[in-house]
Parts: sequence; C-alpha cells; structure tokens
Amino acid sequence: MEIPVLHDSLNTYLILGALLFGFGIYGMMRNRTFIGMLISAELVLAGASVNFMAFNRFLAPDPTVGQIVALFIMGLAAAEAAIALSIIIAIYRNFKSIDTGDVSELEG
Amino acid sequence: MIPILSPQGLASLVFLGCVAMTIAGAVIATNAVRLIRAVAGLALCMVGVAGIYYYLGSPFVALMQILIYAGAVCVAIIFAIMLAEPHEMKRVVAIHPLAGPASILAAVVLATGLATLARNADWQATGCRANNGTLEEVGQSMLTTYSMSFELISVVLLIAIIGSLVLARAGRSK
Repeated sequence: MEIPVLHDSLNTYLILGALLFGFGIYGMMRNRTFIGMLISAELVLAGASVNFMAFNRFLAPDPTVGQIVALFIMGLAAAEAAIALSIIIAIYRNFKSIDTGDVSELEG
Repeated sequence: MIPILSPQGLASLVFLGCVAMTIAGAVIATNAVRLIRAVAGLALCMVGVAGIYYYLGSPFVALMQILIYAGAVCVAIIFAIMLAEPHEMKRVVAIHPLAGPASILAAVVLATGLATLARNADWQATGCRANNGTLEEVGQSMLTTYSMSFELISVVLLIAIIGSLVLARAGRSK
C-alpha cells in the first residue's frame, strides 16, 4: 500500500485554508440563525489561522511571528464569540427567536 | 508515494486523518439542521485544525487551539443555545429559493479562486531563519517585540468581558 506525502508542501495547507474559508462563506450565506452564522465566522477565522501557520512554517524569516498571530486570532475570536453570544441572548429576550427572519422590526 | 508501513507513511496517514476530520467537521457545522450538531461539527473541525498545527511544527498552538476553541468557545456557544434555542424549533426554514445555489456558487468561486492563486503563486522562501520558532522564542518575542499587541489584546478581552456582561444584563427582568 502506498500513500502520498502531503504534509511537507505549502500548497496542501493553503488549499485547506481556502476550503475552510469557502465553507465559512457558504454557511454564513445559508444559515438562518445567528448562532449558525457565528459558527461559520469561526470557520473563516480558522482558515486564516491555517494560512498564517503555513507561511510561518515554510516561508517566514522569523518563525515566531505566525504562531503569535495565530494566538492573537484565537484571542480575538474568543472575544468576538463572547460579544456575539451576549448580543444573541439579548435579541432572544426581546424577540423570543434567534432566526434572522424574525428580527425585523425595521422592515427593509 | 511511499509505503504506508513506515514511520513517514504512518505520519502521512495521521495527517490525512486530520484533514478528513477538519473537512468533515466543517461540512457538519455548515449543513446540520439542529444547532447543537453544528457546534459538535465545529468542535470536530477545530480538533482537526489542531492536528494540522501539530504538523506545522508548533504543538503549543495546537494545544491552545484545543483548549480555547473546543474547550471554551464551543462550550460558550452550547450555553447560548441552551439559553436561547426555542423548544419547538421550526424544522422547515423558509429559505429563499436562490439562497442555497447562490451560497454554494459564491463559496465554490471564492475557494477555488484562492486555491488557484495559492498554487500558481511563486512563493520565495527566505534563505536564513532568525530562530527555530520554539516555545521559548515565541514567549520571548511576545514579551519584547510584540508586547504592545499583547497588552492591547488583554485590554480587548477585558472590554469584551465587561461588554458581554452589560449586553446580556439588559432586559433580565423580562
């Protein structure tokens, strides 16, 4: 049995990052609930982090930069998730729904 | 191509497993009908991404990925679902007829465009590296070169904590 060696090439990681980004965009357009859109946003951020780490491993002159950027992305994603979830809970108290279609007091 | 029963072959097999876990988690997270399954898919995807980070030579970031994403963010989202998801969930969501094909089209165009760009670009590796990117060097440059960003992100996290408390407190008596 033979198996291809994929984990030593930059392209593998870049394509995986692009796939995660595409899944995030797809989910954000398709999902009808706020929490589903938040989950898709996390997928987009994960794709960006994979790209940073891949360039850090293969190309960067200083290989600490990408790791630090990935850690900062994690911190910002955690802050974003906390704020978004509290907004979602406030919306649920007011509208009794987390569906994007129901939250339409300003008809537009 | 190398034989599967060698150290390199087993490493490639585990790598392919991580990639499959990531993609399967992303598919579940975007396509699940119930939100709690979508969160489980997100956790699976993040564990797969942590495996990818391990192969990129930084076990510390991989551990942080599992700790923060699978451990903290997913649990927070699960709490929000338990607090906010209505009991009688509408199973049939009236989605616009164009939304499904349009979202697939947009995602495919963006992902293939990015992947083609990445494949065709001529990435030049720099000859010398300043250090080896070990955990010790990451910590040192975080507290010297990037100390300003480090302090700023702690302020951002503090404001996020206070802001989410203030936001979620409004209308609590209802």
